[in-house]
Parts: sequence; C-alpha cells; structure tokens
Amino acid sequence: MIANIPYIAVVALIAIGLFAILFKRNLIKIAIGLTIVEAGVNLFLITLGYRQEGVAPIYTNLPEGVSIPGGMVLPVPQALTLTSIVIGVAILALILSLVIKIYRHYGTLDAARIRRLKE
Amino acid sequence: MMEDLLTHAPALLLAIPLLGAFLTPLIDRVNKKARSAWVILILVVTQFIMMALAWDVFTQGAHLYTMGAGDPTSTIPAQAAVPVRIVLQVDGMSAFMGLISCTVSLAAAIYSLAFMDRESGKGRFFTLLLLMTVGMLGMEFTGDMFNLFVFLEVLSIASAGLIAFRVYKGDAIEGAFKYIVISTLGALMVLFSVGLFYGQYNLLNIAALANVLEYTFLDKLALGLLIAAFAMKCGAVPMHMWTPDAYTVAPASITAMLVAASQASLYALFRVCFTLYGVTLNLTTVGIIIIALGLLSMFVGVTMAIPQKDIKRLMSYHAISQTGYMLLGVGVGLYLLSKAEFDTYGLRAMEGGIFHIINHALYKGLLFLTAGAIFYKVGTRNLEKMGGLAHSMKYTAIFFIIGALAIAGIPPLNGFASKLLIYESAYQVSPILSIVAMLVSILTLASFVKVFHSAFMGPRLDISDNREVPKSMLAGMAILAVGIILFGLFPDWVVSHLVHPAAQALADQAGYIGSVGGV
Repeated sequence: MIANIPYIAVVALIAIGLFAILFKRNLIKIAIGLTIVEAGVNLFLITLGYRQEGVAPIYTNLPEGVSIPGGMVLPVPQALTLTSIVIGVAILALILSLVIKIYRHYGTLDAARIRRLKE
Repeated sequence: MMEDLLTHAPALLLAIPLLGAFLTPLIDRVNKKARSAWVILILVVTQFIMMALAWDVFTQGAHLYTMGAGDPTSTIPAQAAVPVRIVLQVDGMSAFMGLISCTVSLAAAIYSLAFMDRESGKGRFFTLLLLMTVGMLGMEFTGDMFNLFVFLEVLSIASAGLIAFRVYKGDAIEGAFKYIVISTLGALMVLFSVGLFYGQYNLLNIAALANVLEYTFLDKLALGLLIAAFAMKCGAVPMHMWTPDAYTVAPASITAMLVAASQASLYALFRVCFTLYGVTLNLTTVGIIIIALGLLSMFVGVTMAIPQKDIKRLMSYHAISQTGYMLLGVGVGLYLLSKAEFDTYGLRAMEGGIFHIINHALYKGLLFLTAGAIFYKVGTRNLEKMGGLAHSMKYTAIFFIIGALAIAGIPPLNGFASKLLIYESAYQVSPILSIVAMLVSILTLASFVKVFHSAFMGPRLDISDNREVPKSMLAGMAILAVGIILFGLFPDWVVSHLVHPAAQALADQAGYIGSVGGV
C-alpha cells in the first residue's frame, strides 16, 4: 500500500491539472494547470525507476568489494525526467510570454472575453 | 563519398537544419541577404540529401542509424541485449513523409523571402522555420518513443513561436496560445504513455517494444492516450478546435508548414497503430474508431467551411476535412490488416490514404500560399472585401484554380488520383463510406467555386498597387503547383514508386522489428 502512494499522487496531480485546464477561465490558471499535469507525469516517471533503499546511479559498474543493499535506482527514467523538465520550463516561459502579450492586447485574462477569432 | 553520405543521411538530415537554424541569427546580424541565401542553401541541401536517401530507401530498403555508435548500423551495443541507444529508422513510410516535409519547407521558405518583407525580426522567423523542419523530420525518422516526444515538443515550440509571429495583432497571440496549450497537453499524454511502456518492458525503442508488447490493460490505456494525442495534433474532429484558429492567424507560408506538421502527427498516429501495436491490436475496433474519426472530420470540416467569410479560416476547415480522407483510407487498411481482403483492397485503401497525404500537402500548401498572396495585396482575409483580383494577379489566379480543382478531386489533377483509390477500396467495406467521401468532395468544389468567384471575379478592385505579387512568392507557389500537375499526370508512376513502398513499409510490422534485431 505504502509503495502505491506516489501513484495515487500522480493520478491526483494529473486530475487537478486537467480540471484547471478544462474549467478555469483565467489564462494564468490554465498555465498553472498544465504545469501541475507535467509535475504529475514527471513524478510518474521518477517513481517507475525508484528502488527501495537504492542510491543514485553514479557508477556504470560498482567498484570491487562495494555492495549496496538496494542497488542503484534506474538511471533512464531520471534522464527522461530531466529532459522533460527542461522542455517544460521552455514551454512555460513561452506560454507566460504569450499571456503577457494577450493581456496587453485585450486588457483581460478571462478566456471567455478573449475571442476575437470567433467572429 | 556518396555511400558515406547515404549511411549518415538520417543524422545529417537532422543535424544540417539544426545547425543552420542556430547559425541563422548570427548571420542575420552581419548581413540580411546572406541570411536569406544561407536559409535557402540549408533547405536545398536538406532537400537534396532527403531525395538521395528516399531513392535509396525505396530501391534498397530501410536505413538504420544508431546515434553515438561506432558503426551506425549496429543497433545493439556489445554490453547490452536490447537497443538502448537512440535509433533513427527510416523505412519507406518515413522517407515518404520526409520528402513531403522537406519540399513544403523549401517552398515555404522561398515564398517567405518576399512575403515577409514588411515584417521585422526575420532572422528569428527563419530560425524557427528551420527548427520546424527539424521537428518534422525528427518525428518521422525516429525509432524511439521518448525521442518522438522530444521532437514533438521541438515542433510544437517552433510552430507556436511562428503562429504568434505577428505579435502586434491580438488574434495571432490568441491562436498561438490555444495551439501551445493543446500541443503541450498532447505531448504530456505521449510522455505518460512512454512511462507506461517503460514501466512494463524497460524499453523505449519502438521496434523492440513492438516485439514484446502483450496488449495488457496498461497498453490499451497507452494506446488510447497516444491516439487521442496524435489525433488532436493532426486536427481530427472532435479535437479540431485549435486548427482553424492557429491556421488562420499564422503567416501564410507557416500555415503551409503547419499542414505538413499536422501530417507528421498523422504519421506518428499511423506508426503507433501499425508498427507499435500492429497485429496485437483489436484491429476491428481500432480500425472502426479511425474510420469514424475520418468520416466525422470529413463531414464536419466541410460543413463548417461553407459559411466562413475569412479565406484562410475557410481553407483551414477544408484542411480538417481532407485529413478525414487520409484517416479513412488508412483506417480501412487497419481494419482489414491480417484479414484475407488486405492484399486485394486493404492495401489499395492504404495507398489511397497515403497518396492523399502528399497530395494534400501540395495542394493545401499551394492554396494557403495563394491566400497569403491575396492578403499581401489586399491586406484583408475577408472574402466580402475582395474581388476582381484576376485582373491584376493572373498567375496567382491560375495557381488558385490548380489548387482548388485538385482539392475537389477533378481529373487530371492529383487529388482525383488519390480520392479514386479511396472511393474504390472503401466501397468494398461499406458503400456508405464512399458515398460520404464523394458528397464531401462535391461540397468542397462548391465551396471553392464560391471563393474563386468572390476573390478573383468581378470588377477591378480599387487598390493602389495593381501588380502581380513578387517573384519569390510566385516561385514558392510554382514548386507546389508543378508537383500537383506532375502527380496528376503520372499517378501510376507515383503510386508504384513512392506510395506503394510506403504503404507496404507501414503494413510490414515484422520487417520493422526484424531490422533492429536482438531482443
């Protein structure tokens, strides 16, 4: 049970984020929602690679005579997560700069009132 | 020399535009003309290598390229039992899509030289344009699920930047915001399914994954997420709401690129269905889902297009409708895969759908470029405020007619050839499919007749500058128009030399897995 808590957190984070994206009208809140979904997905990847009592994967092969009870955690999911975090930062910066520009043009952040395209 | 070039071509095709992209702002600082020449040079070189690679793939078979390995063809390192490195896998389908992306990018870049002359910041414009090319090619070549996610994001970020390029207009930012939110959400769904695969099989390589996939509950969940994400990115109804907004506000040359970018997502959708899951799928159910998405997109797209007054918005809805044809054709193929009928008309249907991808990229690209030319002259996208343009813009009018007749499927242009393949084979599955497809075709023709009438016919419009658009814009349109006419005149050659190998490669899951080996 205790090992499943991270997965419950993953589902909760993704659900909260999706809720914000779908039902919030403030553009900043939509951006926050996206970030929360991303945090959930990143947590999912990290949890996949975790081993009980494992250590950080620094060595390719352990030195002679050294043994670690839990072994090393999986390095690949960590590499994936790092990449995904970097991409996430870039996307967040882009989205927020778009939001700033939208505010300058429309004077509002309410998605329901930003609809020049709908006409 | 030539052999080395071909061996390293998959990596070079990503490296050259990427390097070109990052050098563009530097060269832009020194000299604007040199920057333009540099961008065109990069794209011409990319196009040349792509054609050489595609020719080799179509005649000699798939290319593998293992990133970081001493011998690029050895996918599995000595210490490991599975492919752990990033593998680029260029089979017939990838090469086919790569050709489309390169051609459209080149035409769009040449067109942009004059089209963007009233804008500032063109150094950044061309940087992002090259990055978009990299993103598309990367998505089409990669043999690795996580790599697919990375290139999807490269493509999304570059596209969002370009959609918002006219930052002085509120609607451009609005369209870009919608696009980036949808793209990011889609990409996160892809990443989540990558996690689901890695958690179960410890693998990221598509071929190795396809080999061990058991179609468990988690795999079904991942399939649902992947189909939803890529269908959203390629603009299939009911996830199409971003398409008209983003296509309308982007500069016209970028809209043509976005069409090719949507097709890269379409390719990813097909790759997942055919190669990653393939015969383990419940083919009937998934086939019907894809066919249903196709029919919905076709019908809803065209009915939404008819009342539009904005020329680019109207064309965007037609783009959705045409995506439906591709989904229908390839969906019929998926539905029949591993049934006895596949070899007779299942493969024909796939050929129709795949042929339609390249035809669509050509004529839709051309139509968006002509819409851009009209916007360049008249300064509006509203159909009611334009008219009589055929007097001053003869060539643009001719290009528009070619594109409009091609999209409506009038022989002898290329749209007819691919639609006929789809009609014939879909009819064997259910006559209703063909009837809907033909009905949509007629409505498309009606809609474009209206556009032609209101934009080009009627009395001469009172604008100060009555000349034709600049030559580089005509050259960009001409590249695509020549493609349309050639493909329309020699459909048999194209189908047997380009489309058939692509369809075969997509259907041949065992071949894709076997070429990586190991596992």
